Amino acid sequence: MAIKKFSSKYEAAWSDANQQLLCLDTGTWRTKRPVVNVEKCTYCGLCAIYCPPQCMKIMPDHFEPDLNFCKGCGVCAKECLRGAITMMPEGDFDNEGKKG
Amino acid sequence: MKAKKGELKVITGNSAAAYGAMLCRPDVVASYPITPQTEVVEQLSKFHADGVLEAEMIEVEGENSAMNAVAAATLAGGRAFTATSSWGLVYMYDAVLQAAGFRAPVVMANVNRETPGILAVSSGQQDMIQTRDAGWIQVIVENSQEILDTIIMAFRLAEDYDIQLPVMVNYDGFYISYLAEGVRIPAKDDVDQFLAVLKTQPKRTIMDPTHPIGAGSHGLMTEFMELRYKHCAALDRAKKKFDEIDKDYGDFFGRSYGGQIEEYRTEDADFVILTSGSAVGTSRTVVDAKRAEGVKVGLIKLRMFRPFPQEKLIKAIKGKKAVGVIDRSVNFGWNSGPIYTELRALYPEIGPMPILSFIDGLASIDITKPHIERVIDDVANAAKGKPYQAVTWIPLEERE
Repeated sequence: MAIKKFSSKYEAAWSDANQQLLCLDTGTWRTKRPVVNVEKCTYCGLCAIYCPPQCMKIMPDHFEPDLNFCKGCGVCAKECLRGAITMMPEGDFDNEGKKG
Repeated sequence: MKAKKGELKVITGNSAAAYGAMLCRPDVVASYPITPQTEVVEQLSKFHADGVLEAEMIEVEGENSAMNAVAAATLAGGRAFTATSSWGLVYMYDAVLQAAGFRAPVVMANVNRETPGILAVSSGQQDMIQTRDAGWIQVIVENSQEILDTIIMAFRLAEDYDIQLPVMVNYDGFYISYLAEGVRIPAKDDVDQFLAVLKTQPKRTIMDPTHPIGAGSHGLMTEFMELRYKHCAALDRAKKKFDEIDKDYGDFFGRSYGGQIEEYRTEDADFVILTSGSAVGTSRTVVDAKRAEGVKVGLIKLRMFRPFPQEKLIKAIKGKKAVGVIDRSVNFGWNSGPIYTELRALYPEIGPMPILSFIDGLASIDITKPHIERVIDDVANAAKGKPYQAVTWIPLEERE
């Protein structure tokens, strides 16, 4: 029997860059999340340089992790010279990301 | 409409491969030299220096980079060609698997040579056999003209919207790679016309900066399985497509090779022998001689090795009394020839008959006329119901 119904429209392991298909939602692996203190951030970019999956997003005056991909490794918090990033337990946040 | 006759030149098999690639106007050529393939790279570089080939020539530091470069070039929408052999093919193996999984329509000439661990700078199909499960389309050709023609066909097959798979064109190193013979070289505009059909097809998915996509993304469970299924389905489609392309080529250029397999005097044959590559030419001569003696033997030339031409082989062999397979490589763990073991998988369909394996021609041992006569005699006896030996290492038995 020839199978006709496929979940991917593609022939190979291609995926739209902004689509979840075949992209791992590594954010769900996280037990701690980096929280950036915008006041302390000097916009130096060290966190973005050191972030292994390159998930630090460039905001107008500070950096912010993309929580869809951030695995919570803590490298950014360790490297930040100003101590502007703190790793907070995931349990402190609800689904909307608010601190409980 | 017919193509122009083309210029007749006396060139080696390696040159024929380079001509074939050049005529298809590749955008990228990346290849690392290795005996017996080196002349392909040399000739392509000369074409480039002379301005005949307008490709981006990437001087790579090894075969692994070569395969990654050409696969990436096709993902960017280009046409790309590479050539290798033996240890070179082994050295690019992870990239060979990647190219197939990426469905990158690369065309590669593989000049068959023995592989490690016995050092042998000599002919043998072991390199191709070791790549058979990589998911590529693998074609084996017999002479220089067929190399050139098949490389042109290979681009049309690889880049076809329904296929999108890399194609490996295999020819015997040393025997065909260095042998100079007359080759008709088609005109470039005729080749353009032959390949023009690709431009009328829907556009395949490519890496386009304006519509960014990820290639080689992580495949999870059923998504992974789905892609494997699609890959297998494309390989399956490639069989019929290859026959069609071969026929189109014949109609236009006046040369065709039977598609997946070529049958020679098989129709009224009692039994058949099956082989591939340069041994086919010698086999034809011996079959003719045996026919003159009244022996009803036929010959099957295996052109397409992956995907395996099951349907064609069943049709050609069913009803015969026996079949003998001459392999120029070994199947480790089966202690027999690889094409032989593949053919044995068709046993339920081709019906009860003796299937004999002959291993010959390893490390540039000549597959001679007496060798093939011996094969035909053995298979003839088996066809008559006499006891037979399943696997014969011809040159070793000869020595005893």
